This record gives sequence, C-alpha cells and structure tokens, in this order.
Amino acid sequence: MKLLINGRTREVEAPAADQTLLGVLRDTLGIFDVKEGCGEGVCGACTVLLDGRPISSCLFLAAAVRGRAIVTVKGLEREGGLHPLQEAFVRHGAVQCGFCTPGMLLTALAFLETNPRPDRDEIRHALEGNLCRCTGYAKIVDAIEAYARNGDDRG
Amino acid sequence: MPAFAYEAPATVADAVDLLRRHGADAKVLAGGQSLVPLLNYHLADPRVVVDINDLPLTSVSAVDGRLHLGALVRHHQLGESSEIAARCPVLREAVALIGNVRVRSLGTLGGSLAHADPAAELPMITLALDGRFTLTSASGARTVGAREFFTGPLTTVMRPDELLTEIDVAAPPATGWAIEEIARRAGDFAIVAVTALVSLDAGGRVSQARLAFGGVAPTPVRALAAEDALAGHEPTAERLAGAATLARDALSPQSDAFVSGAYRRHLAGVLTRRALTRAVARART
Repeated sequence: MKLLINGRTREVEAPAADQTLLGVLRDTLGIFDVKEGCGEGVCGACTVLLDGRPISSCLFLAAAVRGRAIVTVKGLEREGGLHPLQEAFVRHGAVQCGFCTPGMLLTALAFLETNPRPDRDEIRHALEGNLCRCTGYAKIVDAIEAYARNGDDRG
Repeated sequence: MPAFAYEAPATVADAVDLLRRHGADAKVLAGGQSLVPLLNYHLADPRVVVDINDLPLTSVSAVDGRLHLGALVRHHQLGESSEIAARCPVLREAVALIGNVRVRSLGTLGGSLAHADPAAELPMITLALDGRFTLTSASGARTVGAREFFTGPLTTVMRPDELLTEIDVAAPPATGWAIEEIARRAGDFAIVAVTALVSLDAGGRVSQARLAFGGVAPTPVRALAAEDALAGHEPTAERLAGAATLARDALSPQSDAFVSGAYRRHLAGVLTRRALTRAVARART
C-alpha cells in the first residue's frame, strides 16, 4: 500500500485490518513525531492532518487511508528549519515536555487556515480537543496569537 | 485490537449484502469516532468491519420543505454547507458542540444517529426536527421516524442487516432556534442538552414550538406538553418560563457518578428557559 506522508510517497506492506494509522506511522514507518496518548481520540497527541483536516490517527484504520495526503509535524519543516509557528512556540516557552506539541501545532495551523486572525477565545476553543499537562495552555495561546498577529510580516 | 476482516464495498447493494451475510458479526464503519475506540479497547469484537466511506451517501438536497442528508455527511460539513446554514441553521449550531475538531473532521451524521448515544446532540436535534431515517437492507428500504428510531441507550430499531442511508429533517422557514447544553468539559457528552425551535405567526404568536432533550432519559425525548402550551400564545417571558417548568416536570432523569437526577432535572428547566428565550429572539429577527 502507498502512503503519501509529508509530500513523500512511502510504500508499506498492506496493514492488518485492525491496524490504526497511528500504528503504521510509528511501528511500521518509525515516524515518532506522532505520539500515542489516550488511544480513544480525546487527548490530541496523535493528531495528523488528513487532506488538511486534523484527525486522531489512533481512531483511523490504516486500510482506510485511500491515497489521501497525511501531514505530521515533520511536514512543517521549512528549508530544513522550523516553521514560524514552531519558532513562536520556542520563543514563548510554549513547549515543556513536548508530548502534546505536534498535535497543538497541527491543530493550530489547520485552524488558522480558515481563521487567520483569531482572538484568544477563538484560539482556546480551537485547542479544546488537545490536552497539555505541563504548560497550563497560556503560553501556547500566546505563541499562536503572536504568530497570527505577525502574519503580515512573516514573509 | 482484535482481528477482523475489513471490507470496503463501493455500492450500497454490496454493503447491505455484506450485512445480510454477516448479520450481528459485522460492524459498520463510518467516521469511526465511536467504533474505533471500542475496537482499540476490545469492547467490540466484530468478525467483519464494513467500511462504508466509499458509498455515495454524501448528498445534501432540499425537497418539499425537508432537508435530505446522506448518512455520510460529516459533522464539519453540517457546519460549513451553505445549503444547511440557509435551511436548517440549528444543525450548524450543533456542530460546535460535538466532540472535538478531530471528531468533526471524520464523524458522520448517520454514524452518530446509528450509535444513538442518549446524550449526543444529533439524535436530539433530529428528534426536534421530526427526522425520518431511511434504513436500507438487501430486502428493500423502510423509513422510520425519529420518535420510533431510538429505543434505548446505544439502541435503535435497526436490524443487523440494515444500513442507515439517508436522514431527512423538517426545514421550516422563519424558525428561531437555540441549543443549550452543559457538559463537564469541552467536548464531553452533555449532562443535559436541549434544542428549542420556535416559529412565530404574523401577529407574533407561537405557531409552532419544538423542544427536545438529550442526557435526561435512555433516548432523546420531546417535551410535547410544553410544546402544546406554547402554541397559539404570545411568547412572553412568563409563558416561556411556564413551558420550561412543564418540560422539566415531565422528566425523571437518572443519576450517575457525577450528577444526581434532581440536578439534571433542575438543569433541564433552566436550560429550556434559556433556549426558548434565545429561539424566540431569533424568530423575531
């Protein structure tokens, strides 16, 4: 089976019927930037983008991907460096243990696609399905807000 | 996860043939947001998973004052479709309350209804909208009204060989709407949820009111006595409060580990008054 991951086609053996996308990404392909948290779609650690929309990769059977584009946090890389939103996370101290960070980044970027100038309240709502047990969320919201506000001079 | 066979039929005929052959050993996979957690935790043990995502069940169309929705219309589409926003805006208001953004990316209308969680938003709203459910099997199709469809927690009239293929709901023009719900955390199922739909006549009196609850009984329920108490009357604050009390008094909700039945009942009254007030205000604009 072919998987289109971060713009690259990867060939994998046909997954078992009961294998999730999360299982194939981590266990078959060694893509460890996707995290496994709760296994029931609540925590957001395993978030990937499927055709641009955030999904819980733990709640998606790998057999059902059907050639659609998958983006993990690695796919945000820009010319070998961090994406500007990642830089904002670093600048604002929005990363502590880092386990929730890939899901936070992907969820925030998908949200900003359709809401490029959100207020803090809208950002908080957008992240309500992504749990962080370290930061208390304030710095994550700070980082996203700053990134969105600086959109015009990001280049 | 347990081992099962995976089938992804391309036509409704092939899908219902699989259901006919495998019966209760098969589980239908739509958005997967309820089924896959059950599989991950070994709480469901199907022999066959029938993935229906390739079926052409995604259409949205208005026919004779009713909105027809394919079973595979996803939650995010309920929120984004201009056709739905124009004809049935209450569905859009509901979407923001469903699960989280990832659930809304994949979860489907038909999946939520067939799963029939008594505290979920879409079963409640389809009940308020006099929904009709088209159930297709190898031996034909039948249509079941929302009041008959839900029979208990996670239980419906659907036979194992039937597939929910289409839902149609009333799309009355010039109707005010509101959903009120309280959940412990964002994205949780509601402790109590209520949907209010109010239409006003030219003189400002209520021509039709619809009230439906989630979270207060083994299935979503309508508040028919309260609806009748509103019809034909001016929707004054006192009238709305009286209807909310009537609705509340008809309920005997269950207690659970988090809240008592008495608290649920109180909440139902408060939320009904708020929902009616908001729905009337919208009906006037």
